Amino acid sequence: MGRHIQGVKVKGMKITIKQSDFDRMYEHALSQRPDEACGLIAGHESEDGIRSIDKIYILTNTDHTNEHFTIDPREQLMAVKDMRSLGIVPLGNWHSHPETPSRPSEEDKRLANDSRASYLILSLEHEDEPVLNAFHIEGAQDSRTVRKEELIIVEG
Amino acid sequence: MKIVVGGEKKEVADGITLSELIELENVETPQYVTVSVNEEFIDAESFGIHKLSEGDEVEFLYFMGGGR
Repeated sequence: MGRHIQGVKVKGMKITIKQSDFDRMYEHALSQRPDEACGLIAGHESEDGIRSIDKIYILTNTDHTNEHFTIDPREQLMAVKDMRSLGIVPLGNWHSHPETPSRPSEEDKRLANDSRASYLILSLEHEDEPVLNAFHIEGAQDSRTVRKEELIIVEG
Repeated sequence: MKIVVGGEKKEVADGITLSELIELENVETPQYVTVSVNEEFIDAESFGIHKLSEGDEVEFLYFMGGGR
């Protein structure tokens, strides 16, 4: 299967994901089609600003549609407690775009309320060539600034 | 009194409400924050009247959603 991990180098905005976590995310997203799949990412941030995803959480999209996702807040709460017990921190969330490119939609931007988060979007537009990108989104709700983070797949 | 906010112990005024705690904690975009107390989710309409008690465990969770 082809895996396109895109990104541009932006100083201090680098994030890594393990191959096994990417595979799990991709397999789950495929299984949830036509609905969007979603979850959380957690890990640690080094002093030089590189974020490492140590664990991904596959959570329920309570909207169960191909147009929208809402992470189940009860599962979100349990995930946050799990992170705490593991000594890792929330880094953001991920969701799939079953039919559209890997870029934040207007709705994604509108609901990106945590300026500290990394937002990962996995496109299944071309089923055998998933594209995963990471974004940083900040600013007022009607004038969000979106920057692509450098996303790197690492062994593991 | 002592409560736990996001896993951290905090000393707050007796009878503090969730609205007051949200302000005290400088929660960003509180309209998009879901709040749980002792793992029970609290309706946003009740934030102003929900008084916290000694030992309560409070979590602020950002609404996580989007669309294509």
